[in-house]
Amino acid sequence: MAHAESTAHAQHSHPILSEVNPVEIPRAVLIENKRDFAWITEKICGIIEGKTPTWWWVLFIAACFVASFTVAGITYLVSTGVGVWGHANPVNWAWDIVNLVFWIGIGHAGTLLSAILCLLRQKWRTSINRAAEAMTIFAVVCAGIFPVFHVGRVWFAWYLFPIPNSNAIWQNFRSPLEWDVFAVSTYGTVSVLFWFVGLVPDLATLRDRFANAGNKLRARLYGFFALGWRGSNRHWSNYEMAYLILAGISTPLVLSVHTIVSFDFAVSLLPGWHTTIFPPYFVAGAIFSGFGMVLTLMLPLRAIYKLEDLITQYHIDCMCKITLATGTMVGYAYGMEFFIAWYGANPYEGFAFINRAFGHYAWAYWIMIACNVVTPQFFWFKAVRQNTALVWILSIFVNVGMWFERFVIIVTSLARDFLPSSWGYYSPSIVEIFTFFGTFGVFSVLFLLFIRFLPIMPMAELKAVSPQADPHAGHDHH
Amino acid sequence: MSTQPYGLIAMYDTPAAAMHAAEQVRDAGYKFWDVISPFPVHGMDRAMGMRRSRVPRISICGGLLGFTTGMSLIWWTGGYNYKLLVGGKPFFSPLFAFPVSYELTILFTAFATIIGMFVLNGLPMHYHPVMKHPTIHRGSDDAFFIVIETRDPRFNAANTRSLLEKTGGKEIAELES
Repeated sequence: MAHAESTAHAQHSHPILSEVNPVEIPRAVLIENKRDFAWITEKICGIIEGKTPTWWWVLFIAACFVASFTVAGITYLVSTGVGVWGHANPVNWAWDIVNLVFWIGIGHAGTLLSAILCLLRQKWRTSINRAAEAMTIFAVVCAGIFPVFHVGRVWFAWYLFPIPNSNAIWQNFRSPLEWDVFAVSTYGTVSVLFWFVGLVPDLATLRDRFANAGNKLRARLYGFFALGWRGSNRHWSNYEMAYLILAGISTPLVLSVHTIVSFDFAVSLLPGWHTTIFPPYFVAGAIFSGFGMVLTLMLPLRAIYKLEDLITQYHIDCMCKITLATGTMVGYAYGMEFFIAWYGANPYEGFAFINRAFGHYAWAYWIMIACNVVTPQFFWFKAVRQNTALVWILSIFVNVGMWFERFVIIVTSLARDFLPSSWGYYSPSIVEIFTFFGTFGVFSVLFLLFIRFLPIMPMAELKAVSPQADPHAGHDHH
Repeated sequence: MSTQPYGLIAMYDTPAAAMHAAEQVRDAGYKFWDVISPFPVHGMDRAMGMRRSRVPRISICGGLLGFTTGMSLIWWTGGYNYKLLVGGKPFFSPLFAFPVSYELTILFTAFATIIGMFVLNGLPMHYHPVMKHPTIHRGSDDAFFIVIETRDPRFNAANTRSLLEKTGGKEIAELES
């Protein structure tokens, strides 16, 4: 009987198996139009070697102008005092910390692409990881401005680090704020190191091209930073191992950085901050906002430099899907916060959440929900993912939404704490608005310099994932 | 000996050709030789008969040093050198020292890995005989090279050249030292 059953089962299952064979599903092409190695080199190096385009100068000058707002804001702050910001009891943390978390979060997509997706062997990461890592570094630069100047007397900012000083007092390592100093500075340093290691072989390519073209100055300049890289396989072997280890340590690093950033809030006792969901929720939000920014930056670059063969529709699909996944996680976290506030039966906690959604800052809360929960849901649809202009617009909404998320978390919780007599309403001063607005200029200036002078895609890695790089391809049965 | 050339170089057009050639050079028993490629070719390490990279040993030392530095820094500053009572919390506990030690583990590992990688590779080295080869710029673009050094005990100008010819190497040339 059993034998007859299994035979019947086998007969039944056989045709299905021959129809659906997962191995037969074609892999998405990472480089379209069968481009060869030389084409990749020419395409990426051509961007650097060509004449500076007019649009670059226009954007660069505009970005410098915007960046001057940060310079003006900070100069006024340093010469006058931290009171020029809109902070006042009970809201002593506001835009400065909102902007810190916002910019740090944006950086996380770069590390996700370079580290986590490297470990997961997601080969599509190669064409976007260089620019995303650059974005990470520049975002950390912008993030660092805020806490450093929020200390007030910025010339004492070095007190944050355990350097012997005349007071002979050490830092309080029991405070999550001190953990944050180490987390953010480690994150910045490791991101720069990782980026530089990735750049070395490509700088060698540029050195060789400039030397061959007879441009000695640029050959020396790029050659200096290429450290004499010559593509030796004995070097590649150590290089690949080092790259893998860096990816392996950057993965726990990126998760720990936003976990520790969330500890700044979660370790306090304030209703709305004191929740255990913060670490995973902050990490998901960070990756969500980071991919929003990656899309915002990469889609125009792709169009301007005609990189459609390297950043294919498949890449855009992947990025949209990660945005959708992390956006939905963030939406789940918003819902779960409300559930726990009710389930925990703590009246202060319950009030904090009802106040967020329906209190004085309800407008910010609903902007956040609309941008972070509703916007990514459009990415379920293939037609939306294929409409590049629409994807770009939606990515802007993601950026806006994630800024508001941090605003909602930080400001609404502080504005309405335990004592109704100390309640307040926070509005930013013009100095804060200038300083924050200017950081977009700082970021753009750095990013424009990057796309002008450095290879925006890792050429060596792109060549390694192209089909002709496989020594076993074609006729060879080795 | 200064007049002795550095070695012989041959060019290959595809990763597969370079790999097959490397296998033959390996099987011929050469020790001081190298493959130049614009990207890491999958399987080339085995084709060259190379051992596993030693970078991880340096990385683990960096990691252990970082963790120890973090823990001892926090113990020495807060639990020994200047004890300051804050919020009734202990002067030292590995629990609150963990996040900073964790970050320093990663920081030191990163430095150890990168410095270790460059030291093992003998970089920075801005001059190398291979770089004087007129078409070497293609080695960071789209071509593959095999270099066999004259200091290899099996090196013999005629035999080595014929081996490179047999493996399909093109534009075989002598490299000045």
